[in-house]
Amino acid sequence: MESTVSSSADYFPLVIQAVVALGFVITTLIVTHLWGPKIKSKTKNENWECGVESEGNARFPVSVRYFMTAILFVLFDVEVIFFYPYAVNFKALQLEGLLAVILFVVFFLIGFLYVFKKGALEWEK
Amino acid sequence: MDTGLIIEKSLLVLAVFGITLLIATYLTYFERKVAAWLQDRIGPDRAGPFGILQPLADAGKMFFKEDFIPRNADKWLFILGPGIAMFTALMTGAVIPWGPNIEAFGRSISLQIADINIGILFIMGVLSIGVYGIMIGGWASNNKYSLFGAIRASSQMISYELAMGISVITIVMMTGSLSLRDIVDGQHGSFGMGWNVFYQPVCFLVFFITALAETNRAPFDLPECESELIGGYHTEYGSMKLGFFLFAEYINMFISSAVIAALFFGGYNFPGMDAFSGNTLAILGTLAFFGKIVFFIFVFMWIRWTLPRFRFDQLMHLGWKSLIPISLINLLITGLVIAFNEGWF
Repeated sequence: MESTVSSSADYFPLVIQAVVALGFVITTLIVTHLWGPKIKSKTKNENWECGVESEGNARFPVSVRYFMTAILFVLFDVEVIFFYPYAVNFKALQLEGLLAVILFVVFFLIGFLYVFKKGALEWEK
Repeated sequence: MDTGLIIEKSLLVLAVFGITLLIATYLTYFERKVAAWLQDRIGPDRAGPFGILQPLADAGKMFFKEDFIPRNADKWLFILGPGIAMFTALMTGAVIPWGPNIEAFGRSISLQIADINIGILFIMGVLSIGVYGIMIGGWASNNKYSLFGAIRASSQMISYELAMGISVITIVMMTGSLSLRDIVDGQHGSFGMGWNVFYQPVCFLVFFITALAETNRAPFDLPECESELIGGYHTEYGSMKLGFFLFAEYINMFISSAVIAALFFGGYNFPGMDAFSGNTLAILGTLAFFGKIVFFIFVFMWIRWTLPRFRFDQLMHLGWKSLIPISLINLLITGLVIAFNEGWF
């Protein structure tokens, strides 16, 4: 199938959609703020935390595994993004493109195996 | 761009917007009824006949609740979180082709808000911005449960996004286009049954599982698992800000079902569609598409009320160690099979 070129006019409806969505979100947030009751007291304004008295602040470092996941995601997501332009032109590039992408997938897999062997994907340790 | 087209697109935007909100509102009712049915209960039946007015009553209640912001919370981020979640959920519907073109007023009206050639990439991009809504909302609450919910949600969503991206690439390789309109038209086949699911069952399975994870639905609802994290990232929220998070989840569920139907189940194609033409085809096609969407929404709910929740390490292992390798191998096999069929060797 021929991929067509989009002009900026094709994106214009997205602007209308964004204006409608943003308008709805902002209006609703303002309206609910005005309508509801407003009762303030020192205890009521505390964080809830399951009814137990709140201990300390929630601004503390968490397990480094989450951070590792985020770093790995950035790495692999960039590689996944590289696939998209190839996939669109897959049938035009023919065998040469396929061999190149197989090489790319092999690199991808080597990196993946390295991460695997290093234990970056382990959660119970 | 002429005035007629702008009016046409504006009306279409408003129609899709209204339908999305209406469906999201009624999905809460549908979910409770399905849950009740699966658990042999009656479900909501007080407001109106069969409880049909229940979602409207719930929405009304949301509006009149106190708009509460905890003292320790970061005020503006606390407001921004649900705003982003709702905004991104509302944006995704823009590139989905809801049906074949309609002929009216001497022009051919496309039932797709924006037919851009990056369609599916647009959806993936907007979906990943949705992570920020949850992350910002949970962090700004300054509550440990919310923080854990938010961190779990973001690491879960980014992990599953990889497998989802690779399975979409497989479909793009078959179609040669990122536009959802092209992908749907490419599945026409004989009798309107050339659906991708028959060629790519593994890819469909991977995409479906990742869609469950991306929308934070059970068995992947760890960000808000009630038994350990109270409400997860929205523990501190109330009023319409809580409503936004919940609505965003239901809208995402609706859009995911639509994307699954469009990518794998032929969108508005249906068996025997060649017998119709013009506006009859457009209406029947749109109905077929919505039928498929409702079916997948039902499957989402069915799974939620059937399967128990994963543990977090199981969830990460499934995403990284199973789904990513499976989808990569599937991608390679697809490439080789297409190359063989086209006679490149």
